[in-house]
Amino acid sequence: MSARRPLPRWADVALLPALNLLLALVISALVLMIIGRNPLEALDTMIFGAFGYGEGVGYTLHFATNFVFTGLAVAVAAHAGLFNIGAEGQAYIAGLGAIVVALWLDNIGIPFGWLLVMPLAMIAAAAVGGLWAFIPGYLQAKRGSHVVITTIMFNFIASAIMVYMLNRVLKPVTTMAPESATLRGAGKVPQLREFFDYFGYAPVNMTILVAIAALVAVYILIWHTKLGYAMRTLGLNPSAAVYAGMSNSRLIMIAMGISGALASMIAINEVLAVQNRLVLDYVAGYGFVGIAVALMGRNHPIGIALAALLFGALYQGGQELSIMMGINREMIVVIQALVILFTGAMEGLFRPSLETAFMMLGPRQKTEAIARSTAQPES
Amino acid sequence: MADTSQEQARQPFGAAASEWAIELSGINKSFGPVRANKNIDLKVRRGTIHGIVGENGAGKSTLMSILYGFYHADSGEIRVNGAPHAITDSRHALALGIGMVHQHFMLVDNFSILENVVLGAEDSALLGPSLAKARGALKRLAQDYRLEVAPDAIVEDVSVGTQQRVEILKALYRGAEVLILDEPTGVLTPAEAGDLFRVLQTLRDEGKTVILITHKLREIMAITDSVSVMRQGEMVATLETSDTSPEQLAELMVGRRVLLRVEKGPATPGKVMLEVEDLVVTDDFGTPRVKGVNFAVRAGEIVGIAGVAGNGQSELLESISGMRDQKSGVVKLNGNPMSTLGDDGAHRARLAGLAHVPEDRQRMGLVIAFEQWENSILGYQDQPAYGKGMVLDINAARAAAAERMKKYDIRPANVRLKTASFSGGNQQKIVLAREMESDPGVLVVGQPTRGVDIGAIEFIHNQIIKMRDAGKAILLVSVELDEIRSLSDRILVMFDGHIVGEADPATATEGELGLLMAGIVGKEAAPTAGPAGREPNA
Amino acid sequence: MDIFAVLSLLDATIRLTTPLLLACLAGLYCERSGVFNIGLEGKMLAGAFGAAVVAALTGSAWLGMLAGVGVGVAFALIHGIASITLKGNQIISGVAINFLAAGLTTLLGQSWFRQGGRTPALPQGGRFAPIELPFASELAGIPILGPIYSELVSGHYILVYIAFLMVPLTFFVLYRTRFGLRLRAVGENPKAVDTAGISVTLLRYQAVLIAGVLCGLAGAYLSIAQGSGFGNNMTAGKGFIALAALIFAKWRPVPAMFACLLFGFLDAMQIRLQGVDLPVIGQVPVQAIQALPYVLTVVLLAGFIGKAVGPRAGGVPYTKER
Repeated sequence: MSARRPLPRWADVALLPALNLLLALVISALVLMIIGRNPLEALDTMIFGAFGYGEGVGYTLHFATNFVFTGLAVAVAAHAGLFNIGAEGQAYIAGLGAIVVALWLDNIGIPFGWLLVMPLAMIAAAAVGGLWAFIPGYLQAKRGSHVVITTIMFNFIASAIMVYMLNRVLKPVTTMAPESATLRGAGKVPQLREFFDYFGYAPVNMTILVAIAALVAVYILIWHTKLGYAMRTLGLNPSAAVYAGMSNSRLIMIAMGISGALASMIAINEVLAVQNRLVLDYVAGYGFVGIAVALMGRNHPIGIALAALLFGALYQGGQELSIMMGINREMIVVIQALVILFTGAMEGLFRPSLETAFMMLGPRQKTEAIARSTAQPES
Repeated sequence: MADTSQEQARQPFGAAASEWAIELSGINKSFGPVRANKNIDLKVRRGTIHGIVGENGAGKSTLMSILYGFYHADSGEIRVNGAPHAITDSRHALALGIGMVHQHFMLVDNFSILENVVLGAEDSALLGPSLAKARGALKRLAQDYRLEVAPDAIVEDVSVGTQQRVEILKALYRGAEVLILDEPTGVLTPAEAGDLFRVLQTLRDEGKTVILITHKLREIMAITDSVSVMRQGEMVATLETSDTSPEQLAELMVGRRVLLRVEKGPATPGKVMLEVEDLVVTDDFGTPRVKGVNFAVRAGEIVGIAGVAGNGQSELLESISGMRDQKSGVVKLNGNPMSTLGDDGAHRARLAGLAHVPEDRQRMGLVIAFEQWENSILGYQDQPAYGKGMVLDINAARAAAAERMKKYDIRPANVRLKTASFSGGNQQKIVLAREMESDPGVLVVGQPTRGVDIGAIEFIHNQIIKMRDAGKAILLVSVELDEIRSLSDRILVMFDGHIVGEADPATATEGELGLLMAGIVGKEAAPTAGPAGREPNA
Repeated sequence: MDIFAVLSLLDATIRLTTPLLLACLAGLYCERSGVFNIGLEGKMLAGAFGAAVVAALTGSAWLGMLAGVGVGVAFALIHGIASITLKGNQIISGVAINFLAAGLTTLLGQSWFRQGGRTPALPQGGRFAPIELPFASELAGIPILGPIYSELVSGHYILVYIAFLMVPLTFFVLYRTRFGLRLRAVGENPKAVDTAGISVTLLRYQAVLIAGVLCGLAGAYLSIAQGSGFGNNMTAGKGFIALAALIFAKWRPVPAMFACLLFGFLDAMQIRLQGVDLPVIGQVPVQAIQALPYVLTVVLLAGFIGKAVGPRAGGVPYTKER
């Protein structure tokens, strides 16, 4: 095989994903035309819905909060070379930890009680969700079962456990629906609209601060701690990790635990802040969207923040689409699928032609130098 | 299409056409900037066993892969039995009657032997008739060439020697008239190797042509009729085996390269720093690679381990440095036995004062996607110098990296540059700087100058001498004999997992070392059976 | 329990097993060739939609089935392009296909028929009718064997028989034909296949497309045989149960049938066990039974009971390295 010339960094980080995203949007437009809608009108509606007025912005930010958590969850695992496809189940089951603590402390009756309850609920949620990811990590590290398959299975197991818990354990005798008791006091996480009228009735809440903190924390973890350094070594070159004396099995378990804990924060954003009770299927696919968010964001917190905003806007814009134009909300699932397909699975679609383009345009010596340095004499 | 070409190919072989089974002329092949084959000419007479020898990386395997259609030559002509052919792929080569037994077997492990033989050579959509036919053919081939196998045995359950037979049978079943074997004895026990040679002789006696790629001179002397020597991508000689000697071949193989001058005073060995006792190490597949090795390295001396690649040196290095669990035996650092078990063994080895420059920097010693400074702390990231507690002090790491960059003249002098953008020599200096500056008691170095330009080689050699003079114990493993000879204070020769001899670099000649390396002489080398060798180990 | 209760339980088992079995065999072809397939769910869902739409519009169950297969193949082709030609990540491709199917079916269903994503009720002939096997009613009177024949064996949809016939057929294809030999080889050691002069790409495409056909059939069964029309997300995780069954069966056709029967049986039991007190155990939560296939698969994968090792080259795009 001839020596491939790698793309310049900016093209790899920005141009390629942009092209892939554009293709996903073009095909989405085709789908809209198939169902007889004007894609430009839809785009206009979506952009206005997502950013045009305070309540829309509030919804966008609320959805983005969820995507930051799952995007970071997928990214942290990816840095250690692991594919956590189970953020969905981890976030779901973490709701147990969150609601139990919140219900327990709901009536403590001290001013600003939520300042005590919310962190404790976060810890409980992270513990439960982290454990739900740690087990597949353990099974891969020590028993050799593939983390992808195990986390898929764990999503379904989590789902079954939650149905049982909501129907049999957490449901108060007075309610019919499978849901927990409702939080009325300190267990609730305050909404930002209590402080800013701008957000109308949007559910964006204090958890967004946790999301921002998580972005910063993950950035520090990955690039400014020894653990993050070891995880990146493992992800990029497992043999080098062995050479460096890092315990690969330990790193796998830790990375999965952190990943699950991050996904768990959805429980705070949805259960404590919005629903105020645990309900069935409250994760609603956010965990899977996290895969797309991490992919588009190139596993970097800044990229993830931007991608989460994009998907948040997509979700809120999709709601607007169904209200204003009567287009089914599933349209956003289609767009999301196309984004995952083109920025993820078909990521290489434009790479060869881009590489050719850059080779023909780029300065000759530079590409030759790269070829020389990457080539290795062998028999 | 394949069928018709098969017909065409068979015809000339049936009739006595050309004296030459294979003629290659002017073959060139480059991989990127690396010229693997330079203007190669080669003629192989029909009905003979023709050996091709050369060091690792001499281009033997590339040449044969071209003949087998796995790669395409950039230029040159291939004649099979006198007629020119542009061999497009493996199927085409097979149709021309060329079969190949790869160094790493191309077998499906959980298939039966019969299924492996039939795969790709089925006659019809239904498997039954093909399997029945192959079963009959295997019986016939077993009689003709003494290649007995149990057709229904599963490949992963049978010995490596038997797996190799399956590869040979695959080729013969497809009508191979020319059989290429790439380093066939590398994985075999001496008894199995004896069996193989007997089979090859039978094949020759039945009129088949055999091309044997090896770096073991003894095999060449024992079995071939003629031999070609390759060195650095070039064909340097073709000789009748009866007219040559192992010494001559060793010289041709290694060549009279300009000995690199290394200024070095006499060693002043101190106390024993590294002791290896009865060390046994297996590879990833559980095959023993180091088979009971004993030696010691003292402070202030360089002990060089010479040997042809693949004789257990890699496993030895990886075990001493904690990357690979030892099966049995002891490694002592500064008198203290060290456990390398567990997947953080390398960490414990470093704590005990051992630094390791690995054989393959890109696979192990570096994370190629990292920035330079990140690689300059690899393995030492937990040290307080690079941050207290959990925190990684990036500035401290970068400062340390920049300082070493200057000291070791690593270019370009930019710690933020991706490691992939550095040349091979500079990449190696990054590793070397990191390991040497950790101020170890023992430095273990593997292939320090592989893929490194001349200027950097000199620098690296001088640094190693400097380490010695600073009183470090240094274990050097290299397949470059020159390097071993010019750097070492003592030379140990490794062959087939054993230390087969010790030599004084001041007095030992290249020929003597070559014979040790080839396993022809030496105290522990188990003899490989010649043609009339031993009982088949059925 | 009398014999008829037992028979009705087993009858339900067969009905619930059928889509699992078709999807599981789909996964078997695909994964045996070395291509992971977690998109079974999506391909089945898309196939169900395609079948229901065409059956509703044409009134022909057969045309519906063909459409289901066509849609299944189209989605399989996406998977093939992404994971074989473009050498992309097979898991991500599967995730994308599941989302795409879930989104497109509801979106198109709603905008075409405006029934909340459901397809219109199937007209006469749009749905497969159960097949009475010969002498079913005549033999019903014979004790034990009669009811077994007439109740259990006879009276299923054609796709049920196709699904169960696919098992010996798959066994035959896999172990008795040239294609099967090569298919098994390419999932284990594609390089061995390549050096034998066989195209790895072509083989893998064939396998992926067969999976598309079988997923289409599974979907058609759900929407125009067992069900009468398409409903949102009507596969409800069956694709993943099929995947679990495939692992549980260690990627072999006959054990795959038994794994699917086991999981189908658990499904059938689950409905009947609701609110029933069993001796010793007491009430078994339905969810425990629902989760059992997944738990069993995890336990098996972790090597606590036996060991499930998939095709060795699974998930790795083939590149002819130098």
